[in-house]
Amino acid sequence: MLSSAPRLRAILLRMAQSVPVVVGVVVISFLLTRALPGDPAVYFAGVTADAESIEQTRVAMGLDRPLLQQFFSYVGDLLQGDLGQSLSSGRSVAEDLAKRLPASLELTLTALLLAIAIAVPLGVLAATRPGTSVDHLCRVIVTAGVSLPTFFTGILLIYIFYYLLGIAPSPLGRLDFIYLDPDHVTGFYLIDAALMGDWETWRGAAKQLILPASTLALFTLAPVARMTRAAMLTALSSDFIRTARAAGLSNPTILYRYAFRNALLPVVTTLGMVFSFALGANVLVEKVFAWPGIGSYAVEALVVSDYAAVQGFVLAMALLFVALNLVIDLLYTAIDPRIGFSSR
Amino acid sequence: MLTVKDLAVSFQTRRGEVDAVRGISFEVSKGEILGIVGESGSGKSVTSYALMRILDAGGTIKAGEATYSGLDLRRSAERDMRDIRGREISMIFQNPRAALNPIRKVGHQIEDVLRHHARATRYDARAKAIAALEAVKIKDAEARYNAYPFELSGGMCQRIVCAIALACDPRLLIADEPTTGLDITTQKAVMDLVRDLIREREMSSILITHDLGLAAQYCDRILVMKDGVIVEQGDPVQIFSTPQHPYSRKRVDATPRAGTGVRSLLPPEDRSAEPILKISDQPLLEVRDLTKTYAGKSGPVHAVKGISFTVNQGQCVGLVGESGCGKSTTSEILVRLMDATSGEVIFDGDDIARVPARAFAKDRRRADIQMVFQDATDSLNPRHTARQTIAEPLRRLGRMRGAKLTARIEELAILVGLPLSLLDRFPHQLSGGQKARVGIARAVALEPKFLILDEPTAALDVSIQAVVLNLLVDLRAKLGLSYLSVSHDLHVVRLLCDHVIVMKDGEIVEQGPAQDVMSNPQSDYTKSLLAAAPKPPQRRVITEENDLENINADAVALHA
Amino acid sequence: MTEISQHPVAKPRGNFDHILYVLRGNPVTLIAFGMFALLIFSAVFGPALVPYDPLATNATNALQPPSAAHWFGTDNVGRDVFSRVIVATRLDLSISVAAVALSFVVGSILGCIAGYWGGWLDIILNRFLDTIMAFPLFVLAMGIVAALGNTIENIIYATAIINMPFYARLVRAEVNIRRDAGFARAAKLAGNSDLRVLAFHIFPNALPPMMVQVSLNLGWAILNAAGLSFIGLGVSPPTAEWGIMVAEGANFIVSGEWWLAVFPGLWLMIAVFTFNLLGDGLRDIVDPRKRT
Repeated sequence: MLSSAPRLRAILLRMAQSVPVVVGVVVISFLLTRALPGDPAVYFAGVTADAESIEQTRVAMGLDRPLLQQFFSYVGDLLQGDLGQSLSSGRSVAEDLAKRLPASLELTLTALLLAIAIAVPLGVLAATRPGTSVDHLCRVIVTAGVSLPTFFTGILLIYIFYYLLGIAPSPLGRLDFIYLDPDHVTGFYLIDAALMGDWETWRGAAKQLILPASTLALFTLAPVARMTRAAMLTALSSDFIRTARAAGLSNPTILYRYAFRNALLPVVTTLGMVFSFALGANVLVEKVFAWPGIGSYAVEALVVSDYAAVQGFVLAMALLFVALNLVIDLLYTAIDPRIGFSSR
Repeated sequence: MLTVKDLAVSFQTRRGEVDAVRGISFEVSKGEILGIVGESGSGKSVTSYALMRILDAGGTIKAGEATYSGLDLRRSAERDMRDIRGREISMIFQNPRAALNPIRKVGHQIEDVLRHHARATRYDARAKAIAALEAVKIKDAEARYNAYPFELSGGMCQRIVCAIALACDPRLLIADEPTTGLDITTQKAVMDLVRDLIREREMSSILITHDLGLAAQYCDRILVMKDGVIVEQGDPVQIFSTPQHPYSRKRVDATPRAGTGVRSLLPPEDRSAEPILKISDQPLLEVRDLTKTYAGKSGPVHAVKGISFTVNQGQCVGLVGESGCGKSTTSEILVRLMDATSGEVIFDGDDIARVPARAFAKDRRRADIQMVFQDATDSLNPRHTARQTIAEPLRRLGRMRGAKLTARIEELAILVGLPLSLLDRFPHQLSGGQKARVGIARAVALEPKFLILDEPTAALDVSIQAVVLNLLVDLRAKLGLSYLSVSHDLHVVRLLCDHVIVMKDGEIVEQGPAQDVMSNPQSDYTKSLLAAAPKPPQRRVITEENDLENINADAVALHA
Repeated sequence: MTEISQHPVAKPRGNFDHILYVLRGNPVTLIAFGMFALLIFSAVFGPALVPYDPLATNATNALQPPSAAHWFGTDNVGRDVFSRVIVATRLDLSISVAAVALSFVVGSILGCIAGYWGGWLDIILNRFLDTIMAFPLFVLAMGIVAALGNTIENIIYATAIINMPFYARLVRAEVNIRRDAGFARAAKLAGNSDLRVLAFHIFPNALPPMMVQVSLNLGWAILNAAGLSFIGLGVSPPTAEWGIMVAEGANFIVSGEWWLAVFPGLWLMIAVFTFNLLGDGLRDIVDPRKRT
């Protein structure tokens, strides 16, 4: 590659830029854990606590020390992977989250792949045939998609496919109780079942997955399709497309090599925002479908005021999102030769 | 070779059908360079897109014939057109940087064309692409092959666009404003290259431009277009000497060239006597050892490197240079929108450089130093009417209110020739010339002592430029103003200024009386600038003021 | 001088004419304006006009499907779903309007400062916004409401915080591109201080794109607020609110009593849809080139 040194520097710089963001995330998480109204010790001591046990909790949690000191011990705990104890499950929050994370990831990633697989071709088609039925379809889907409350779509799909048509399994978790969980390798049931060669279980897991994943995909599809269409339109009306046409290049070459590759850049940038929406909507979808991921874990914890669990979840989601954004930006660096040179 | 007959093109827009080209006929013969001249919206570019059949969505050829070497360009199949484009007829565009795919190596972009037209195979494409780069006089073509457009200068990008256009040896080259936006010396280099290549390969060419002077210099024959029709055609000398149509006559008049005064830019019926200007020896503004250094990405940038000059009362000083020479930075500092790194600006006996730019709004000399901005559109608040715009300095600095304010605004509108009925319009409801008048009215509202003109006509069409230049000369006489005119256009500076300063890379390379600098330049840089300026042919007309007999175009130096 | 007479400009057209022109060409936007008026009407007069008390229970009349007496049926304790859906409009709209107004004001101020003066102020603001945006926004809202306490005010604050970066970034960008525009420099030459240039010349020009953002954001804010109450944050039963009604109705969907969840969900969707259409329509009016 041409002059790789500035590009390498750009990549390292981008990775270094995540550090202050992670620090900011940790600071905000810490503030959230300490911002509980009234006395956090009262919450953490539990409902049956008396004055003495509240005081014990306060000392045990270090809440009697100065805020800065509390922050450093919070960071120290984090570095050891300690997110505190969950009141409801009695286990450590980190352990709980780790156990449930694969379920959430499997759902979210399947939904995203589904959304991208539909939205990108749809957006491209709409942009290349403006004013046709494909274009109108795209516009309707885009506006309706962002207007759909995910929890409502989920319930509607359950009503139609489970209650009315009876073709979907009952919306309770990742696998019907008639199947055994596949051996834990990756935690992704589809992958684990495939690894075992247990296609019966694979089909069972896929059936459970299809409705929640579609619900989530419907929601995330809209911004991707919208951006693809807009970016394709911009690219197609650029001067360099006219140059390519004037040079007599064929339509597929112009469309793919010239327009689409340039349109991809803004689409990749929006993916960050789409991930943000998807991870948020994920919580709602998990609740609707009783999906045993970290979202429903947080919702259950909220109901019983299990704050350590909720804050652990928020922090975990944020770190996951920072990591995803980093991947997106590195991907961007890989497609755009200008990164590292532009005098931004 | 190319025959166009009664060609008409229309566009389907949201407001119904718009005719862009309404029945034009012309021919291009073998080896000829044809110029199509017109202002924006005259249909000159649309004509070329129609010939290539690459009109934007909504555009259709409504009527007429276009035949290239016996081939019907209007009716042939899209597949055949694709073979013609790039191989038989090709195009180069304005804004070369945008005309290249930003994320594809330039070498690959050339290869795409070569491979598509079966001029190269996978094995020899690279070598042929490099050869194509060498053909457009790109040094170090091997290395440039791997470059992306953003790594190259504007002039270099235009060479790459040429390389793409010429890669498959087309017979006809259409150049659509190929040098707009390029610096004047780059402009000349690119135009010379294109002309040499066309002559060398015995190609035909169509040069589309708004610049009559440029077309006259490079073309064998010129078409003048207006509102989608051809109003006049002929060879350059004939068009310049005896323009037939009133429109082309007006354009010819308005095109600045050697040996004319500012009044002769106007149509004969509008020419009045040139005003008498009083220039004193008293300095109004003295710049001493002015420097400006920015903190750039890769170390400090020295935009202005210790320059000194003087502007006398009533004088008009021209500050000339190409983009990046520091002329804009200098004017920003003088108008007190930017702080200098060091140096003095003595105005009225005081060093105004010592007052920080952000505090100068409250300074008593704020009203004395004003500016006319480069782009009239950009310099008017889109949400303010012309009246509000002119009122702004009067209210803020002049503390005028009520009837007195209204009276002054109307007085100013009359002074700059803006009809009073236009005062309550918003900028988007005004034409370019009217917007320029509003900007000038605002700048002279408080009768400043010193007025900086920042390329005030750069964004205007030549005929409006002529009117605005005359207005500026009149105002200078009437109000006794002193000007600093910042410009890249030597013709404009010659018409307006008494004294010229030439800048390059933050330094003054030459200064002196306008007459001397223009006719007898001392530095090499000034010489190259003068050589690069388009030289339209002299004309054989007898005007009221000047009897000019010299018709030999290139022999005449560019002097006042 | 001649050029004036020879350059007749297009007839002066006011903004109002332009709006009418765009609306005529775009019936969808017209419908959106109509639906918007309807929403405002139900928010203002709904509670006074609904046929039943939205909180009155009636155990003998529970889980009735839609009928002439109860257009949207009744819920598990016999409350009229139609009355509850209409009454909820006021609460849902108030939450989102309050949240958007708050983020609009705070975001505009921060964005103006960062966009105009730049430098370290800009860097600090950007770092701060990056940190907010580093959270999946709905999750951050959950965390904030969980931390600050489960009240409607906190729902508003949380929604405002997660919306704020969008305004701040938009204003920052709009102000930044105009900071060195000719008209801003001309305003300085006319004797305006930096603050006046910013407030009276630059910021008003950033308003049109802001209005588009406001409209789109209102829809998003409603979705967020409803989502939070769906998972049990903020509004608590028996208050009539769309999100919580869907959550309560969800338990009955598997047994076929669809009207409990579907009607409030549908209303929620229509409200969000209206604001999105309105946003697109406004974008058309503000900048026809950005049509998507």
